[in-house]
Amino acid sequence: MFNWIQKLMKTILSVKDLTIKLDGRSIISGLSFELHAREMLAIIGPNGAGKTVLLRTLLRMLPYQGEISWMEGARIGYVPQRVAADRQLPLSASDLLNAKARFLKLSQVDIERTASVANLTPELLNANMGILSGGQFQKVLIAVALLGQPNVILFDEPTASLDELTEERVYESLHRIKEEQGITVVLVSHDLSVVYQYATMVLCIGKGKPCFGPPKEVLTPEALEALYSAPPKYYQHLLDHHGF
Amino acid sequence: MSWLTHSSANYSIMLALLFAVAAGLVGSFALMKRMLLAGDVISHLALPGLGLAFLLKINPLIGAATTLFLGTLLIWQLQKKTGLATENVIGVVFAAALGIGAAITPSDDLVEALFGKNQATSLFSFLLGAVAVVFIIAATWKLRDRLVLTLFSPEVATATGVNVDRVNLCFLLLFSLTIVVGLRFMGSLLAGSLIILPAAIGRRLTNKMSHFLIASSVASTISVGLGLLLTAVAPKFGSGPSIVMVAALLFTMSLSKGVRRAGV
Repeated sequence: MFNWIQKLMKTILSVKDLTIKLDGRSIISGLSFELHAREMLAIIGPNGAGKTVLLRTLLRMLPYQGEISWMEGARIGYVPQRVAADRQLPLSASDLLNAKARFLKLSQVDIERTASVANLTPELLNANMGILSGGQFQKVLIAVALLGQPNVILFDEPTASLDELTEERVYESLHRIKEEQGITVVLVSHDLSVVYQYATMVLCIGKGKPCFGPPKEVLTPEALEALYSAPPKYYQHLLDHHGF
Repeated sequence: MSWLTHSSANYSIMLALLFAVAAGLVGSFALMKRMLLAGDVISHLALPGLGLAFLLKINPLIGAATTLFLGTLLIWQLQKKTGLATENVIGVVFAAALGIGAAITPSDDLVEALFGKNQATSLFSFLLGAVAVVFIIAATWKLRDRLVLTLFSPEVATATGVNVDRVNLCFLLLFSLTIVVGLRFMGSLLAGSLIILPAAIGRRLTNKMSHFLIASSVASTISVGLGLLLTAVAPKFGSGPSIVMVAALLFTMSLSKGVRRAGV
């Protein structure tokens, strides 16, 4: 049943036999998966497994072997790791949105619509990025990604270094936007409870062969232990808690 | 003050002031891109070219432009390919360029090559310089959205459809062209400083992008204007050092008046 529905859905991204090597070191090898419209794919794996490298490769920013095919007409939004974006610049959210809008030849109405979807107040729009709180900064990053009505958004650990409450809010708004706008989401996350709650598919990369499938099929205690080289107690609790 | 009374001195002053606007604008983006060191290296790369030109008795600007653009391409490739190692390699390139340049430049011309000399400018040189400056300003303005997206996050820029590599190369070439125009007033040792100092002043004064670009260009123009005036009063200082001293003084003043940057 599941496979049949999947076949009916439009393929947004197809990755075949992807191998990424950096400085002669193999980061990812023989990775294949397909991403369908309106799915939320969570990429999980231990630190240093190459999750961010994979996202950058999907944008064709790094050399690779194999095949990466985006659907024709795919418009991609990217939400960088909060820590990776430069906060010291003399920039406001408005500066960033205007820069992107001018580049994509969008109107002021598009900016206003995006700001409203991302819940950006005029104060937030005009404030310097450096003085924003973690949650506010994240909102701006999401708004910049949403401008231009993308059909796919790549999130690189959107809640890294945020407190728990803010993290929950970010995921809630992310989920709301995904449902309202019908966007396909690729999410790098270290938080397995979020993965269980929101992801429709999971891709795990790390030691051994990459795994791919629906969370309850892929995230078995054994698979998690192999992935993180850690005892499965914590993950077993999560499995019980979420009823898988 | 002899050069001030010269008939073609006006061209020289006008070109210097025009250059100042371009330097302030390019410097603003250079500061945001955190390419201070790369910028310095680029200006020093002019020295071997100047030295060769003096030796071969050709126009010094041709020699300087040649080594500058070759060096720019080298830095672009290093930035692209070596990641963290870039800083190390840039240090080596910087030292090598200065060493080779100092060794081959005839000692009589070395001070002029290093620190610049204000001299009368012919109408042709003025027009050539003015065209270059207008091109720099227009191209930087056209590139500004791509630059803002790239310096904020290369990934966001790439996802938006910006060719990040090409933007970086275009900016480095504009940076080099600015240096070439500034060489005659500033010399190869100080040409990079007029790109950096006014931008640092502008950054101290404002947190808003548009104000920052304007403040940097104004600070740069004031530095050049007052610097040239200082050279006229005290020719032994030389134009490059005079302009830099004024810019440094303005920066010191901005420390007391400047806004506190977030996170600092």
